[in-house]
Amino acid sequence: MKNTITFLAGLIFGLGLIVSGMTNPANIIGFLDIAGNWNPSLVLVMVGGISIAFFAFRYMANKKLTLFKEPLHLPGTTHLSKELIIGSLLFGAGWALAGFCPGPALVALGAGSKQAGIFVLAMLVGMYGHDIFYTRLFNKAH
Amino acid sequence: MQLTIDWLHFTPGSALTGGLMLGLGASMLLLFSGKIAGISGILAYVIKPSHLFSQDAAWRALFLIGLISAGTIYPFIADLPPASIAASNPTLMMAGLLVGFGSRMGSGCTSGHGICGLSRLSLRSLVATVSFMAAGFVTTYLTLHAS
Repeated sequence: MKNTITFLAGLIFGLGLIVSGMTNPANIIGFLDIAGNWNPSLVLVMVGGISIAFFAFRYMANKKLTLFKEPLHLPGTTHLSKELIIGSLLFGAGWALAGFCPGPALVALGAGSKQAGIFVLAMLVGMYGHDIFYTRLFNKAH
Repeated sequence: MQLTIDWLHFTPGSALTGGLMLGLGASMLLLFSGKIAGISGILAYVIKPSHLFSQDAAWRALFLIGLISAGTIYPFIADLPPASIAASNPTLMMAGLLVGFGSRMGSGCTSGHGICGLSRLSLRSLVATVSFMAAGFVTTYLTLHAS
């Protein structure tokens, strides 16, 4: 039951990315292009997502258990680190270069896009590059 | 500088509907599994060889299979909306490397920080979201208007 819901959560999230237009890189770049012809659609995607998830997090904030009576796994870090900011800046630059972020790229790959496949492969290399080499090189705990 | 709106490509109805679905998917994962729908973190966990076949990899793999199959299933329901990718293959590779490395270093991406983190009023996620949007605005300006 829980496994089915987890699968469906991913499926609905993915369908939401398609419906919202976020799997089309032109819409991402249209949003980021404030000096050109600005496409505000992404703002409404975030408003829609947050307006539901906000209440879900509020509801869970007081509870220590899920609806299946299991413990929650929420991030506990509150420290504003250098890595948080530099990593996000690098992420934002890559996001703007292709118009893809991880979720939409995986959905586009599922739809058979070869270009999304190239992006996803490079993204996996980047993830390995950080988790396996960078963290060891600089001895950063994750 | 005057802001001009691209009314031709502005799709408020589908953007809001799709956004609500993102919120629904993220809320389902939270309420029933107690987990955050952060795609980069989930993906980075399952691709680690040492996590293969682990219990913690199982729910992540299921969520990702659902996510990826959305792209495979959608064409059976309706026509996929057109997607235009302007980036060349080398640019896609560079972008992928930056997105992969940056999302790990920054502990999240558009889903984990932008939707889930802002929904739980996390200061870290607000800082991350402002940072990646700022970098996105600047990068887009440089690629489209500064040559």
